[in-house]
Amino acid sequence: MQTTLLSLLIWLPIVGGFLVMALGARVAAARWLALLISVVTLALCVPLYAGFDGSTAAFQFQQNLPWIPAFNARYSIGVDGIALPLIILTAFITVPVIIAAWTSVTKRVAQYYAAFLIMEGLMIGVFSAMDALLFYFFWEAMLIPMFLIIGIWGGPRRIYATIKFFLYTFLGSVFMLVALVYMYLQTQDYSIAALQAMPLTLEEQRWIFLAFFAAFAVKVPMWPVHTWLPDAHVEAPTGGSVVLAAIMLKMGGYGLLRFALPIAPDAGRELDGFVITLSLIAVVYIGFVALVQQDMKKLIAYSSIAHMGFVTLGAVLAYDIVGATGSPAGAGMGLDGAMVQMISHGLISGAMFLCVGVMYDRVHSREISAYGGVINKMPIFGAFMVLFSMANSGLPGTSGFVGEFLVVLAAFKANFWYAALAATTLILGAAYTLWLVKRVIFGKVGNHHVAEMKDVDGREFLVLGVLAVSVVLLGVWPAPLLDMMRGSIEHLTQMILATKL
Amino acid sequence: MSLNPNLLLWIALLPLVASVIAGLFGRFIGRQPAALVTILGVGASCVLSLVVFKQVVFDHAPVFNDAVYTWLVSDGIRMSIGFLVDPLTVMMMVVVTFVSLCVHVYTIGYMADDPGYQRFFSYISLFTFAMLMLVMSNNFLQLFFGWEGVGLVSYLLIGFWYTRPTAIFANMKAFLVNRVGDFGFLLGIAAIVYFTGSLQYSDAFAAVDRIAAEHITIFGGHAWSALTVICICLFIGAMGKSAQVPLHVWLPDSMEGPTPISALIHAATMVTAGIFMVARMSPLFEGSDTALSFVLVIGATTALFMGFLGIIQNDIKRVVAYSTLSQLGYMTVALGVSAYSAGVFHLMTHAFFKALLFLAAGSVIIAMHHNQDIRYMGGLRKYMPVTWITSLIGSLALIGTPFFSGFYSKDSIILAAEHSHIWGAGYAQFAVLAGVFVTAFYSFRMYFLVFHGKERFRDKPFPAEQDHAADDSHGHDEHGHEAHKGDHGDHGHAHEPHESPAVVWVPLVLLAIPSILIGGIAVASMLGGSYFDGSIFVNLEKHPAMEHVAEHAAHPGTMGWHAFLTLPFWLALAGVVVAWFLYLKRPELPAAIAARLKPLLWVLERKYGFDWFNENVIARASRGLGALLWNVGDKAIIDGAAVNGSALTVGWLAGIVRRVQTGFLYSYAFWMVIGLALLLGWFLVGRH
Repeated sequence: MQTTLLSLLIWLPIVGGFLVMALGARVAAARWLALLISVVTLALCVPLYAGFDGSTAAFQFQQNLPWIPAFNARYSIGVDGIALPLIILTAFITVPVIIAAWTSVTKRVAQYYAAFLIMEGLMIGVFSAMDALLFYFFWEAMLIPMFLIIGIWGGPRRIYATIKFFLYTFLGSVFMLVALVYMYLQTQDYSIAALQAMPLTLEEQRWIFLAFFAAFAVKVPMWPVHTWLPDAHVEAPTGGSVVLAAIMLKMGGYGLLRFALPIAPDAGRELDGFVITLSLIAVVYIGFVALVQQDMKKLIAYSSIAHMGFVTLGAVLAYDIVGATGSPAGAGMGLDGAMVQMISHGLISGAMFLCVGVMYDRVHSREISAYGGVINKMPIFGAFMVLFSMANSGLPGTSGFVGEFLVVLAAFKANFWYAALAATTLILGAAYTLWLVKRVIFGKVGNHHVAEMKDVDGREFLVLGVLAVSVVLLGVWPAPLLDMMRGSIEHLTQMILATKL
Repeated sequence: MSLNPNLLLWIALLPLVASVIAGLFGRFIGRQPAALVTILGVGASCVLSLVVFKQVVFDHAPVFNDAVYTWLVSDGIRMSIGFLVDPLTVMMMVVVTFVSLCVHVYTIGYMADDPGYQRFFSYISLFTFAMLMLVMSNNFLQLFFGWEGVGLVSYLLIGFWYTRPTAIFANMKAFLVNRVGDFGFLLGIAAIVYFTGSLQYSDAFAAVDRIAAEHITIFGGHAWSALTVICICLFIGAMGKSAQVPLHVWLPDSMEGPTPISALIHAATMVTAGIFMVARMSPLFEGSDTALSFVLVIGATTALFMGFLGIIQNDIKRVVAYSTLSQLGYMTVALGVSAYSAGVFHLMTHAFFKALLFLAAGSVIIAMHHNQDIRYMGGLRKYMPVTWITSLIGSLALIGTPFFSGFYSKDSIILAAEHSHIWGAGYAQFAVLAGVFVTAFYSFRMYFLVFHGKERFRDKPFPAEQDHAADDSHGHDEHGHEAHKGDHGDHGHAHEPHESPAVVWVPLVLLAIPSILIGGIAVASMLGGSYFDGSIFVNLEKHPAMEHVAEHAAHPGTMGWHAFLTLPFWLALAGVVVAWFLYLKRPELPAAIAARLKPLLWVLERKYGFDWFNENVIARASRGLGALLWNVGDKAIIDGAAVNGSALTVGWLAGIVRRVQTGFLYSYAFWMVIGLALLLGWFLVGRH
């Protein structure tokens, strides 16, 4: 059965992006058209969600057309329970990003919106591709708009940041391409399902796993290939930071779950200690680093790295759980936790960067020391900021808790110390986030810039309010998200734990 | 007749709904409507709790244990939100909603002129919701939700006056120290899921025997009993929330919050959550003597050593705060000697008399225009008769005067400690006995200094500069003399203290009644009878202390008369007499004694150095480590050497290679000849 819904989700924002660009100097029209397109794209997710059956691992809403017959590469797209939440997240986050830029972006407005819309389509493409070459196409294409967003609308050191961002991610991706080509030469097929099913020796798996891991670890980013992220965030405009943190980082986690682990499960079993070590370093080491940041965006960037550590940790726990307990019970919980953490972190980090954007628009500084007592002048904003900070600290009742809770429960099954080190986020996460809140939000009015701050306007209230509702809703009732993923996670657990030898 | 699940749901949700209305729409509906909504919400919740109490205790409704909704299902484990309502729960529900209601009413007077009026009501209602979720839970997930929820509201309320540097330091400290406890708590929960595959209490209790046979290897080769690990982890959570040494450091600082929340959160309810939790987990703790001894020693240390600190405090609220720490230690001792019901019983009586003492202190603070230094009070009994009498009742209950509520609960704990044979019981017995003298001494030191003796409140000009240097715009002017305006409206003679308005003193009276009576009424059933059967499990063969307590508690009258022959009574009396002698009879003596005991005072004034250690060692080391990892790890090694280093290396190589491309034909020809020669040479030589 062929459906065009997914294609619409991919190409509507891309084509719409070019239309917006064509509006050029007609700024108001560009804004409204961009908003319309992003809202329609989000609305298209409604039938996608409503028609989706989470109890099965099968790809749904498939479309399969010939693309490059010479390589047997096909335009083959579809969603399963792992891709769907990320697609909805992408469509969801783009709307606030568009609204948030309403008055704060004044340079090349049409192009700015166009870049975000095109990026949205490409990112949805990444999550829906069922063909590895198509995946690679979207994966690399997506870098271009982000490169431009940081490079054109970014801060003073934007050139250094863009090049670092581009080289880092590109270097990782090259290894992935090599792995894909190697496997294609064996199977003559680029379909991801075929790659997941192909037999591979341990030696081959090891190399393939490492090649994929190079690409995805950079994207997540994992320690020690994370240093591009703080620079990119600091220089990126608010919207760029939001999309970067909320969605782009998730592609690393998604790739790990879609490619590295199912294609090379035995290598995963062999190298899981390595991945777990890096993940725990991300949680603990980066937690300490976040503590001493003076720049709000850097602090949130480091916090992102620490939180993404839970994604990579949850993804590879399955092997150690089987190794420690002899039973796969709990392996799925780690994967569930990784997925929930990705969605939740998308919402929370997006919201945190939007909050920084709100303050930056008023004071034009990202330095913590430039603020103090913001709540005196911006009580509503202060309430939002405290809520998102609590979510960032993993408070139960917010989405930030759900993923971390599941991963810690699963980690305990693998090893007491994994759980103990991961659980330090309760202390470290709260320490760096609440210290930020104390210095920026609470206290007496810090200086005359703060004294002149005006509370959020209706537009900002809408953006932060929608995110706040989502963060709380997902924290209070995460069952629908888990139900959406159930079939796919079960299938993935089986694939990860099966052996190809 | 079984309990109605909708009724239970409303008990929890009404305060939440009221909180949302007051919090989100407070600025539209106005000050008094916001107060009214929350009071109605909590009031209705209190009435419904009493209804449920009647159904459970008198009509013997079966224990309610059911899910409300499924939070999520992961890997076959259903995690749900649900209620467990048994006698232990209904007791907590009534205590929480009743004290909360009193505090709500009191707040009308205490916060009358505060600009954050609606926000305050919203917070305390939200707190009531979170606390109810905590006590009504039937699973560890919701327990943790309520646990952190009350922590959140505590954070918001300690920092309620967010322009005060001390307040926003104290609230962050409170949250972080609690998070240290929660770190252990979360691991304990994870361990339970590991062994039982469920978050339900009932599953965990059913699996106790199986868990008891299991071991966990944590350090090297030493295998720990799984139950010990679980119980100690859970108890670390309780140490944070119930402020046990060494995680007690946040509670004295929490006094930065407005007084009503000190009464509600930091005395009566939230800080007792740890005690409640351990009592609820009694089937688990009974399986590990190691864990019980750990609990016992921590509790005994807190009970005695925090009491000492109460003696040297001059801030009225801090005296009560250290008293709370010490009393929480008593409750923990009860848990350690397997007298869970005595611990919970003391929790209940303490909730009433300590909330009373705090609210009375708040009433005094109003009269003193927010000067909290007891050295500048004195003789207030003439001016504030209701506050005086109710404070006296609270103090008498606190020191365990026979027939008062506190007597029955505290004496039961001392009895239990005497009859316990567990490791550490001897130390605990000494600590709780010595603590009786200490408690009586600091309580009546404060009582005499505030209500009797010379009137010293005129000695110091207003505003008080010493303790409230940090007290800026939110100081006395905004929420200061709120209470006066109601009955005078005239600030001309504001220096003359007088009784607080009815919204302040009525809650005092309401709390004074159970402070006197509830102990005598309930002790026979709760400690001597079968009230907690089914809620609390004790292995009486191994831990027989409670049997002895029950014998005494079954006859409250006899127990009261008998007390005059026992050591605790005489110790308490001695404490009162010494306080009287030192602070009323010979007020010049304390200074002389202090001069003699300088080294001891030095230690006490530094509160044994916990704060110093945390701020100068732990906090500083964390920031130092962060800076080190950032500057050396990220900036120098990864970015400096690896990333920019490889970029520079590429650039450097390119620079060299570039030189080869000179653009001169002879140069290329030269290199071609050299290359040809080398190739040929390799062919000729290498071929052999």
